[in-house]
Amino acid sequence: MTTTRHRAAARMIAAIGALSFLAACSGNGGGGGSGGDAGNYPEQNITFVVPFSAGGPTDTVTRMIAEPMAAKLGAKIVVQNVEGAGGTVGAGEVARAEPDGYTVLMHHIGMSTAPALYKNLGYQPLEDFEMVGLVTEVPMTIVARKDFPPATLPDLVNHVKANAGKVTLANAGVGAASHLCGLLFQHAVGVKLQEVPYKGTGPALTDLVGGQVDFMCDQTTNTSGQITAGEIKAYAVTTPERVKSLPDLPTTAEAGLSQLQVSVWHGLYVPADTPQQVVDKLSEALKVALADPAVVDQMAKLGTAPVAAADATPQAHRTHLEEQLGTWAKIIADAGVEAS
Amino acid sequence: MDLLDNLALGFSTAFLVQNVLYCFVGVLLGTAVGVLPGIGPTATVAMLLPITFNFEPVTALIMLAGIYYGAQYGGSTTAILINLPGESSAAVTALDGHEMARQGRAGPALAAAAIGSFVAGTLATVALAVAAPPLARVALQFGPADYFSLVLFGLIVSIALARGSTLKALAMIALGVLLGMVGQDIYTGLPRFVFDQRELYGGIDFVSVAVGMFGVAEILRNLEDEQTRTAVVSRVKNLWPTREDRRRIVGPILRGTGLGSALGVLPGGGHVLASFTSYAVEKRVSKRQQEFGRGAIEGVAGPESANNAAAQTSFIPLLTLGLPAHPVMALMVGAFIVHGITPGPNVISDEPALFWGLIASMWIGNVLLVLLNLPLIGVWVRMLRIPYQVLFPMIILFAAIGTYSLSFNAYDVYAIVFFGILGYVLIKCGCEPAPLLLGFVLGPLLEENLRRALIISRGDASVFLTRPISAVFLALAVAALVVAVLPAIRRRREVVFAEDE
Repeated sequence: MTTTRHRAAARMIAAIGALSFLAACSGNGGGGGSGGDAGNYPEQNITFVVPFSAGGPTDTVTRMIAEPMAAKLGAKIVVQNVEGAGGTVGAGEVARAEPDGYTVLMHHIGMSTAPALYKNLGYQPLEDFEMVGLVTEVPMTIVARKDFPPATLPDLVNHVKANAGKVTLANAGVGAASHLCGLLFQHAVGVKLQEVPYKGTGPALTDLVGGQVDFMCDQTTNTSGQITAGEIKAYAVTTPERVKSLPDLPTTAEAGLSQLQVSVWHGLYVPADTPQQVVDKLSEALKVALADPAVVDQMAKLGTAPVAAADATPQAHRTHLEEQLGTWAKIIADAGVEAS
Repeated sequence: MDLLDNLALGFSTAFLVQNVLYCFVGVLLGTAVGVLPGIGPTATVAMLLPITFNFEPVTALIMLAGIYYGAQYGGSTTAILINLPGESSAAVTALDGHEMARQGRAGPALAAAAIGSFVAGTLATVALAVAAPPLARVALQFGPADYFSLVLFGLIVSIALARGSTLKALAMIALGVLLGMVGQDIYTGLPRFVFDQRELYGGIDFVSVAVGMFGVAEILRNLEDEQTRTAVVSRVKNLWPTREDRRRIVGPILRGTGLGSALGVLPGGGHVLASFTSYAVEKRVSKRQQEFGRGAIEGVAGPESANNAAAQTSFIPLLTLGLPAHPVMALMVGAFIVHGITPGPNVISDEPALFWGLIASMWIGNVLLVLLNLPLIGVWVRMLRIPYQVLFPMIILFAAIGTYSLSFNAYDVYAIVFFGILGYVLIKCGCEPAPLLLGFVLGPLLEENLRRALIISRGDASVFLTRPISAVFLALAVAALVVAVLPAIRRRREVVFAEDE
């Protein structure tokens, strides 16, 4: 009698084990593999590595385009979050992966700032990757606690110049988009402010709403909710054009600070030496996904839009990355920031 | 009355067939991922998020919320049965819960956890409905200095977690704090204690530490000799709590609910403290202090209630201010936005059906969880009868798989081995893993807020005394320290006097 019970229970455990095993495998499907003939690509699942946590803006964008890209390619796309060290852990993993097109990296502006921030990066953005294409450029907003005295961007500039020793500038940690934008702001205005780093945007925004810190610069995806509700005040958006979801917010150029232009651009990468045919297929699928009305619609709700079809190409992506690497190397060196 | 109208609206939304259905799907999935160590609610919600893009917004949010609190519910099961906590809150449940299981009282332990969770969930839902917006405003008053003092208070109070020597407990807390320092410093970006291993930049994962220190170390200890090995599969005495048990869990459940509801509102990590603090309080007020750590049912009921209440009220900052307190809620912010709803203070007025529907669904979800879990207790308890030759390798196998699936980092699996051996050595030295785990969870919070408070105040340490909230917690911490140390001093004096005579 006891043996049958044992067996029943053991079967149950085995079932649970099998379930968790399946869950682990489905998350890891694709990657590695023998590759096979580039002409028949894709023959198995494709893994999209997101080097940031699930639920962040980069993760959301990736999941949005994964579905239409999978439909176009005729293969399943699995999104895998490999977090750590400002995205460099995930990027390093893809750099070392088989160059067969089954491991693809989605990375943002951090690709161009990592070489300046990290001494022992372990990979070279231009040498160790093939660019597939740009995806989207998310605008950023300069926002402050609602009782912060300055009313407009020029006011803010004057205020921080006069009170450089008192004003606090929040960011979401070294290498985060908000950190980069903050550096750029200080560079453009010509002041050095007290930065207050947080572990991610959520807590930083919480303290901004609570009035614990003075101001910060972050992506519209994170700030537009609090801006429309009047929980924080917004000074400007950092792109050449206004954002549809915040029509009253002037651009930095309109408000007289045209040196401050920055957006969180995203791009897709595969390891260097991936066959050209494979890169072209991925790039083609990306273009189709970015033209998908559902994707356009979902991105609009996030306050952003797909890049123009001409930018969703390997060439445009490489040119943009080269230009950005140069820009950030200078800004980061001037600011004297270094992560390791 | 407004509140009744709102609740009526909420229930009429939540009781729609598809909403009840997806609420059930959510709590079922949540229970499942809570039971499996490693596969956490964050990964589950992330995977399901794109599917919910096609749902009605309220249905999507009901399901995602169900996964979150369902997982809190399920997490206690493995903690009690096989000493395998999947989250920091469940580590506290494991202390007395697993001890009860070893004594053949897994049934009452699971039932106490389920009943406590249900009562806490229900009361916290009421708190959410009645006082969400004002509570959120209070929570926003907490600045970095206040969080520092709160966490310090929590650490001092929680020395009570230790069964034996206070000195060893303090040493374990310190070791835990040090382990929590591993990884990239958020203020400078510089790596600490990583030994040039890029995989350690993100720090050590909590699940690896918990699974190693509790689960693997426990298995190693059990393998020592035949005697203890059979203790794991000891005879199951009763499935349901006795009348005596029921009487004993009333107070802990109510106190735990109150504590958890209050701490859960704080977006800066209050919910982490809920179960630890509840355990410490129960041990302090109990007449049976010596039973704690040896299978006291109060030590299961209190923390489980606190944990569930906190899981519920931690939705307050999200729903009323659009501020996520947990990675799962960050994902839910994404779900809000994709559905064209801007999370923030306007949700209550612009989308009343969604706001109140979600709240009402939480109560329905709690009912579903009880209906789902109580009948399962018999099944779970039977798991303990599996011979250890089968059970132990199984536990290690799916703990390793679950941990790996967290972030596909092999280091997380190596860490289980490391912490398993460390845990075993520490048990042999009479040191307990719980205080270490507490230090590991709270240490980084303590450091982060200390440094942030000092950065904002430009190095002026007086902020900790001039900010009223902070000053109150520091005073409480001093009081707790005095209460904890006094008896020891008195006892030593008595010993000294006894020797004199």
